[in-house]
Amino acid sequence: MNWFTKTFSSTIGRKIVMSITGLFLCSFLVVHLLGNLTLFRNDGGEAFNLYSHFMAHNGIIRTMEIVLLLGFLFHIYDAIVLNRRNSSARPINYAENHPEQNTGTWASRNMGLLGTVILVFLIIHLWNFFVPARFGGLDPVVIEDVEYENLYVRVVQSFQVWWYVLIYVLGMIALAYHLIHGFQSAFQSLGLTHKKYTPFIQIFGFAFSVLVCLGFAIIPIYFFFSQQ
Amino acid sequence: MAGNNPNAKLMNLTLKVWRQRNMNTPGQLVTYPVKNISPDMSFLEMLDVVNEELLIKGEDPIAFDHDCREGICGMCSLFINGRAHGPERGTTTCQLHMRSFKDNDTITIEPWRAAAFPVYKDLIVDRSAFDRIQQAGGYVSVNTGGVPDANEIPIPKTIADKAFDAATCIGCGACVAACKNASAMLFVSAKVSQLAMLPQGKVERKTRVENMVAQMDIEGFGACSNTGACAAECPVGISLENIAIMNREYISAKATSENVA
Ligand code: HEM
Ligand code: SF4
Ligand code: FES
Repeated sequence: MNWFTKTFSSTIGRKIVMSITGLFLCSFLVVHLLGNLTLFRNDGGEAFNLYSHFMAHNGIIRTMEIVLLLGFLFHIYDAIVLNRRNSSARPINYAENHPEQNTGTWASRNMGLLGTVILVFLIIHLWNFFVPARFGGLDPVVIEDVEYENLYVRVVQSFQVWWYVLIYVLGMIALAYHLIHGFQSAFQSLGLTHKKYTPFIQIFGFAFSVLVCLGFAIIPIYFFFSQQ
Repeated sequence: MAGNNPNAKLMNLTLKVWRQRNMNTPGQLVTYPVKNISPDMSFLEMLDVVNEELLIKGEDPIAFDHDCREGICGMCSLFINGRAHGPERGTTTCQLHMRSFKDNDTITIEPWRAAAFPVYKDLIVDRSAFDRIQQAGGYVSVNTGGVPDANEIPIPKTIADKAFDAATCIGCGACVAACKNASAMLFVSAKVSQLAMLPQGKVERKTRVENMVAQMDIEGFGACSNTGACAAECPVGISLENIAIMNREYISAKATSENVA
């Protein structure tokens, strides 16, 4: 192994990758949420359909899509490698153990579980929205004489099903807990701590996690309760 | 010592102790009823009392590590009732007193659990993995010569304080024992950052952090999930900030050192 592969296969190197990809995924969440807010325009889905058409066809977005996919893959790959390493670092468990008495948060001890819930949610989510939007399978809609794919109708229909709404809410609760620990943890992993800035990062990370996930979760709830 | 306070109410306890003959045989928890324990005894003195009784009965005494018994050497260990060094924060097991327990309590005593800390016998684990990490770079090479004046190199007070705080690590391994990943990051970071902060240690800082982290990984310790359990259980209060400092050191060393192998 040369120095480069050595660095990124060390425990610290893998955490560096997890924190950078994790923060990158956080920036994606912001863009995704802002785009989704077009759903609340009372225009029969026009703005949302134009937006989703743009996202599916713009060259820069399509390139970023690949970067995003790689971000997820690296994050998940290193999560699996580290989790396996961590469990083999303690082959025999304690008969009696009380981590709740010495660790700050439950989330910090269950990032793998939370990540798995997020992954299951992501697969369901992509299958229902991303795959048809990107590879076809949606009904057409005409906006100003041009034909677009009607993703909006898919959204409205999906969120009329109660258990589908429930999956979304649970997925967002898992994401919120993942980020409540993860956001500030990423800065610690990168060594970016300072007396002056760390308290701000911690408060910001908490607010970010709660607000972003709340923003996503409100969408299915809104459509469920506003159906005719 | 035991029995100094005539008014102290003596306690009866039930111990569940991990007994294991040697590295190659599996162990199990064995239950021992113990009577007339003074709340003024230290936890290790309580074990001494149990061992005296076992000896009289002709049984093998419980093997446990200890040395100074005043909280400075880091030899004593023990995972007591699900916590490294027992229920009190910021204390070693030798400084834990039986007044932290109640009459008729059941106390579970296990060795540190980590692949890198194999059990020698009963409650004694092999912590030489720490020594090997230390030998990989936890030192400052000083060539012989005249003794330099201590105040010749100015060091800001805040840096001197931080380096001193990191240097108080006694190498007990409670951080590894408490961590859900059996990670040694708090220990290694205390050693790395202590030396990286001081002018004398700066000379070898890049190679040091690279080699110590590599050794830490070879020993089979887990990675850091930033749960904070280590710092909460550390008897001398080593701060999590050291882990951030070590990660910073590691990133910049890997990016700029001349070690390409
Ligand atoms: C939008 C999705 C996601 C975001 C924004 C995200 C973000 C983050 C962040 C910021 C961290 C902190 C990194 C650090 O401690 O240095 C983290 C940690 C972690 N993530 Fe994610 N993550 C996401 C999805 C996932 C998925 C799908 C999985 C697993 C299948 C996962 C597994 C983990 C694990 C196990 C950790 C903890 C690593 C450790 O404790 O050592 N994450 N994540
Ligand atoms: S960091 Fe604290 S808990 Fe870990 S070995 Fe040093 S003194 Fe013990
Ligand atoms: S025996 Fe020395 S610190 Fe406990």
